[in-house]
Amino acid sequence: MTRKFIHPYIPNSVPEVQQEMLQEIGVKAIDEFYECIPVEQKVQGKLDLPDPLLSEAALKRHVEGILARNQPAGNMISFLGGGCWDHHVPAVCDEIAARSEFLTAYAGEPYEDHGRFQALFEYASMMAELLDVEVVNIPTYDGSQAAATALSMACRITGRPEVLVAASTAPDRLSVIKGYLYPDIKVNLFDYDTDTGLTDLDDLSARLSNQTAAVYFENPAFLGYLETRGRKISALAHERGALSVVWTDPASLGVLSPPSAYGADLTCGEIQPLGIHMFMGGGRAGFIGAPDDERYIKEYPSRLFGIAPTTHREWGFGDVAWERTSFASRETSKEFVGTASALWGITAGVYLALMGPEGMRELGENCIKRTRYALNKMAELPGIKAPVIGTHFFKEFVVNFDGCGKTVAHINAELLSRGIMGGLDLSQNYPGMGQSALYSLTEKRSREDIDCLVNELEKILST
Amino acid sequence: MSDKTKSRDFHQARWNEPIIFDLSTPGERGILLPEMEPEIETSAGDALGELPGDLKRLSPPGLPEMAQMRVLKHYLRLSQENLGADLNVDIGQGTCTMKYSPKINEQFAASPQLSGLHPVQDENTVQGALEIMYQLEQFLKAISGMDRFSLQPGGGSHAILAIVSMIRAWVDDRGLSDTKDEIITTIFSHPSNCAVARAKGFKVINIYPDPKTGRPDLEAFKEAVSDRTAALLITNPEDTGIYNENIKELTDLVHSHGGLCSYDQANANGILGITRAVNANFDFCFFNIHKTFSSPHGCGGPGCGVVGVKEHLIPYLPVPLTSFDEASNRYYLDYDVPKTIGKIKDYYGVIPAMVRAYAWIRSLGAEGLLEAARVAVLNNNYILNRIRAMKGTEAPYAEGEHRVEQVRYSFQPLKEETGCGFDEVQRRICDFMCHIWSSHEPFVVPEPFTIEPTESYSKQEIDEYLAALEKIIEEARATPDVLKTAPHNSPIHHVAEHEYLDDPKLWAVTWRMYKNRFEGYFEPKKEQQ
Repeated sequence: MTRKFIHPYIPNSVPEVQQEMLQEIGVKAIDEFYECIPVEQKVQGKLDLPDPLLSEAALKRHVEGILARNQPAGNMISFLGGGCWDHHVPAVCDEIAARSEFLTAYAGEPYEDHGRFQALFEYASMMAELLDVEVVNIPTYDGSQAAATALSMACRITGRPEVLVAASTAPDRLSVIKGYLYPDIKVNLFDYDTDTGLTDLDDLSARLSNQTAAVYFENPAFLGYLETRGRKISALAHERGALSVVWTDPASLGVLSPPSAYGADLTCGEIQPLGIHMFMGGGRAGFIGAPDDERYIKEYPSRLFGIAPTTHREWGFGDVAWERTSFASRETSKEFVGTASALWGITAGVYLALMGPEGMRELGENCIKRTRYALNKMAELPGIKAPVIGTHFFKEFVVNFDGCGKTVAHINAELLSRGIMGGLDLSQNYPGMGQSALYSLTEKRSREDIDCLVNELEKILST
Repeated sequence: MSDKTKSRDFHQARWNEPIIFDLSTPGERGILLPEMEPEIETSAGDALGELPGDLKRLSPPGLPEMAQMRVLKHYLRLSQENLGADLNVDIGQGTCTMKYSPKINEQFAASPQLSGLHPVQDENTVQGALEIMYQLEQFLKAISGMDRFSLQPGGGSHAILAIVSMIRAWVDDRGLSDTKDEIITTIFSHPSNCAVARAKGFKVINIYPDPKTGRPDLEAFKEAVSDRTAALLITNPEDTGIYNENIKELTDLVHSHGGLCSYDQANANGILGITRAVNANFDFCFFNIHKTFSSPHGCGGPGCGVVGVKEHLIPYLPVPLTSFDEASNRYYLDYDVPKTIGKIKDYYGVIPAMVRAYAWIRSLGAEGLLEAARVAVLNNNYILNRIRAMKGTEAPYAEGEHRVEQVRYSFQPLKEETGCGFDEVQRRICDFMCHIWSSHEPFVVPEPFTIEPTESYSKQEIDEYLAALEKIIEEARATPDVLKTAPHNSPIHHVAEHEYLDDPKLWAVTWRMYKNRFEGYFEPKKEQQ
């Protein structure tokens, strides 16, 4: 490029402006500012990057051309779930998440950024209603981080160094938990029944000790079924002085009990189902719920926005117990905190306000009944076993295809060619289950969608 | 001063918006769900009734009940009570690189072609997304000189977690867990460096700056490095905007004791195309995509922190990576990472942020990145020159030197002279549609504030910000009460009673906690007294 580079994103590239600024500073050229960097540390020549697409039109054409190579599940009949779900995202959620004022803000003070403090306080408050707890944090990176931090908090609260985690935990989440807690906290697993999916209470009891800080399980479980004995598990934990930590799907809580009702001391999970697009797994944020107990509140590493009066009797806000955080206390803080997922917290708040109690009830009912319908229909197909594990389900269940002599990979490829995304292939992570898949049903899957799946499956399995 | 650059007569929206629960009217609905088809009702029967008692929610959640427009209006009003970077001159949010997030990139990020992707779709149906991830990695390699990148972490602190987890694995892998147990960082590097190091079981040594030069004290550093040193985690330039020209001496020293070196590139915006992590011999580096590469900050995330490593550390990266198979001409998620630390985040990271960064780099190219850096540094030194002339402020360290992309200043002289310091100025400056950020603990620089103009603001805008600062300094002398009672033109007034945030008995982090403790307007409930 021979002419001076004046990019629309860089106003002070205009040579006359630069000259004026340089003159005022009293230097001749911008290069002088870089004299502090030793020559041998400097880049020689240009960075090896493609030539710029200078016009917005060219950039749009280029990027949209690449994105056109995607075939989004959201545009198809998809039965994929397993931690990221194709729920409906209300238009108002998109509208608010895209507002410049929220989208481009960062860490303004409680005055000029009063809006984000109030919106996030309200998010935490509505989540607290849904979870039936008193305390909810400003979101973590994702649900897995929330689980890992909840377990870490449990260790500090109890002063104990081990946690017992259900072997039925989502495999990727277990990887995050183990990695995060290493090396200070030991993670042991407890078993579950491979038919009912329920916790093996004998195994859990045998593993509990006075070193156990927490017992962690997921409800609904990764494989879709519900743990019906949460109260018993929590009681076993409490008997040994451990905390009960439960991961839950907030989309289920309009109809299902919040874990606090069956003894959970800490509740954690993922808010993607609450008005956040899937983004190939890139739209995530986690929550941790706790009782109104100073011992718990002081162990949160996350931001907690508290309400406070102003000099003019308005609602004001600020950071509660700031000294907990690594911003304030560096290496003596509780874990660490940084930029995580605040915008998704605001978005989930919008979602909960739109849904209200009745919307959340209807959402739960939709998921449970559509899942039951799909399960009943699929179970009628010859060679298919459904459900493989569990008795009660929220929005997912496992289907086994061993009796059909076909692999999940083959079936899913066939379904895809017919505009359907079949369930998550479990054959790699759960070899003991043979050719099984996890089918997920949100409120978006109509009877017609499910019938279409069943019809196409019937054809695929009979050839 | 021209009229264009005077501080303006500004008043932010003040809606006095109630807490959302007070907007509820029983029976109102914000959105309806799909009606259940009769066939589903018949087949499902009483699926809810059949749930065991312990699993049934006994009373509905106490969520507000609101019509759709009321919800929209509430949140639009709250948004107006928030000053995003698109609206203010957000150069006072130093260390955070509040550059312009181009709107065209928001269109890409919001596209259903991206937002509707499920993470475990068949790879053949996500080739566009994988191509962007793969190509972004190639760009980051060119910018840093590193050999491989993980795009998985959800922010800068999360990137630090990935790096320190790799350091932990590397140390343990060599059987050195008991002997290599220290991590060195500097007090002007981001607090997550030391906090994460501690969380991953290392002892932390903080190096303070040389009081004159502002660089990490070289003698203290030499004393700290030993065979116990597992790693150095350091920013350069640090939050003072001072480039440490001895950086390679530090990395060489750590390497000579068998340690690793990680470059926190939160402050990379002024050095894009000027210097690279590889040139100072770092083993790790990370960039904040939401800072240097223009993805918006979203009130505190979602962010994206990308971690680069040299060849010898590739085997430890989180899985999956994104690779390209030439034979089949296809991109794929690559789990073949022999000593991987596993996953540190669900799925593959914050993909919308990656798409924005990809588009931003493509829109600028190498010349544009370099120009962004050069103009960011020009803007910063222009401001430095102006603030140095303002009586009441100072720019500690490195007197007479230029700075890179930001400067940490101090209101200490103003505080001593007028009694008004950082706190008062911070509350007053929002009356001028501007902002300065707190959170620079520990206050090694007293009464600190950090200005980082980036390349995005015009000289006129910068002048306007400086005019506001000058006016406030004048006020501190002439009418200090105006500062002490500020803000005046913000959505709310001064939160003066900090005990509501510091005293456990008064904490209310949710509305139900408030209702349990207070009635009316912060009147303690009788049973609590």
